[in-house]
Amino acid sequence: MRRRAHTQRLLASDSGVTIELVIGAIKAVVIVLLVLGLTTLMLWFERKGSALIQDRIGANRADIFGLGKRLGMPNFGVINTVLADPIKMFTKEDFVPDGADRFLHGLAPFLALFPVIITFAVVPMGDILKIGKYEIDLQPANLNVAALYVLATIGIGVYGIALGGWASNNRWALLGGIRASAQMISYEIAMGLAIIAVVVTYGTLDLQQMCRAQGGVWFGFLPRWGILLQPVSFLLLLISGMAESKRVPFDLPEGESELVAGYFTEYSGGKQAVFMMTDFAEVLLVAVLITVFFFGGWQVPWLYRDGFHFPGGAAWLLPNLAVAILQFVAFWIKVIILSCLQILIRWTLPRLRYDQLMRLGWKGLVPLGLLNLVATAFVVVAAGGK
Amino acid sequence: MPQWLFAFLAALAIIGALGTILQRNLVHCVLGFALVLIDLGVLYMGLGAVTVGFLQIIVYVGAIMVLFLFVIWLLNIQADTGVRGGASLSLKLVGALAAAALAAELFVVFSHAPKLREVRTIAPAFGSVATLAHVLFSRYLIAFETTSLLLLAAIVGAVALARRLAGQSAEVAAMPSQPGSAARESRREVA
Amino acid sequence: MTPIIDYMALSALLFAIGAIGVLIRRNVIVMFLAIELMLNAVNLAFVALGRRIGSMDGQVIVFFVMTVAAAEAAVGLAIIISMFRNRETVNADELNLLRW
Repeated sequence: MRRRAHTQRLLASDSGVTIELVIGAIKAVVIVLLVLGLTTLMLWFERKGSALIQDRIGANRADIFGLGKRLGMPNFGVINTVLADPIKMFTKEDFVPDGADRFLHGLAPFLALFPVIITFAVVPMGDILKIGKYEIDLQPANLNVAALYVLATIGIGVYGIALGGWASNNRWALLGGIRASAQMISYEIAMGLAIIAVVVTYGTLDLQQMCRAQGGVWFGFLPRWGILLQPVSFLLLLISGMAESKRVPFDLPEGESELVAGYFTEYSGGKQAVFMMTDFAEVLLVAVLITVFFFGGWQVPWLYRDGFHFPGGAAWLLPNLAVAILQFVAFWIKVIILSCLQILIRWTLPRLRYDQLMRLGWKGLVPLGLLNLVATAFVVVAAGGK
Repeated sequence: MPQWLFAFLAALAIIGALGTILQRNLVHCVLGFALVLIDLGVLYMGLGAVTVGFLQIIVYVGAIMVLFLFVIWLLNIQADTGVRGGASLSLKLVGALAAAALAAELFVVFSHAPKLREVRTIAPAFGSVATLAHVLFSRYLIAFETTSLLLLAAIVGAVALARRLAGQSAEVAAMPSQPGSAARESRREVA
Repeated sequence: MTPIIDYMALSALLFAIGAIGVLIRRNVIVMFLAIELMLNAVNLAFVALGRRIGSMDGQVIVFFVMTVAAAEAAVGLAIIISMFRNRETVNADELNLLRW
């Protein structure tokens, strides 16, 4: 009876509900496509960037029927990264070692990728976009406990890696999996402390509210970005985020010189590609979180809802659509810059030893994070915050 | 929470719980339990306890269950005999019957509580971080502070218990067990 | 909307499954998991009933139970590790040194 009433209400209501659903679906599709596209971009940047750093040429062979060569275009290896290598990987034999746990071996890569992808659901990509009578919040899912959600999904991310290592029936893989889970759990604490300090500063767990709080200026010209309030948290989140994404200098779970390839030693083809994508999606996720917490999210300096108001007093008014597009583009530019920063760090620093890794996490970052949190709390209370 | 969603989540929780107690491989048991925990976290959110639901996932699934996996791998525990072996069959039967009776009794008790059938709406702030924090830091402040003491004691206790004393052999738990290791090595059954 | 009684029924069922687990398995780690399952079944009842009476106390208790469970898991697993070091077993029936 109740169900029928519900259905009737759904049918009877005007097309508002349907349009809300369509808008939600579009937001979801946009963010997933953006994440996957940027993941590929990062992969390309990593290959060519690392080649540049190491004075190599890098990927430059793949071409379609020699078309690029005939037209005299320089080959930047885009076809390699975007087309040739994915085709190669996904057509490879999907090898499962003898004695492996077949179900978990197949499940693990997706268990690793899925939590990372769904975290992007709460990322605010812009303020309100007005189309006709609809006001679209450019945050795919408006969750008022988004910071907790982020911590929860990152916490679940450990499983894919650890189980991938265990299910492979390979000693190196298992060692890699155990190392990965120990490392990720340890650095989650530092990450959580960094995020909590930011939450205390802004008095909200909602990422969209945090971005809004970072609008406006100090002293008439300085954008109110979080990095000026929480520089220690920024460092903590950057370091622990890089440790979470398990890349050099924190790539002990892979440790090619010790563990063959760590937790994905026994993975090939498509499943290995999924693990690789997880790596890059995590890089992107860390960049997104740092952007939202410390670099104003979608805020463009001096851009307000009605347009630019420059420090000198000059103003340039813009329509809502232009403002929304500017915010959207600014957000992703910031994310790309921070991702490239992580890739540069990766190709610059050597790998830590395991005891150094644990010492940095437990004796360096965690006490620092606690001190920072206590100091933040004192300042917030002294300043008469909530 | 709509009825169909609850039915789905409840079925998932029961499957996970049965998997926890019936599977032979300990890693599968832990995964079954992790499924139950995530599921319960979602149910809490559906009941309006959003904060507790997320804490459940962060603390239980993200930390405690990983600790279980760690210990299983550290101790090199092979797949055990599952529900076969161990206690005598009669004890198991009696145990299962008693548990079934317990569940039946609880059902009867609940079905005689008419207030449980009413549906009540709640304020939107119910279960939010602010509300929970307000209660925790006012009425339950002493208990909350005592909890930190408990956790400190637990950390010290865990370190003291698991510490390897000088002279104890390091050969136990040489390498953790994996799915196929039973086929390679002489099988060590843990009943 | 799902009435609270459905949550209570699920809670009872999970508790019973946990109790059966403790009785039919002899592996201490599985027994530990089954005990945690019972704790969580009770947590579900707390949250559901707390909602029914519109009080936050149920959630606060769940919060404390979670903290205690974390402490319990740390100490319990440490005990299992040291037990395994000494006896090389995780079977509850083989730990019978004090039995006569």
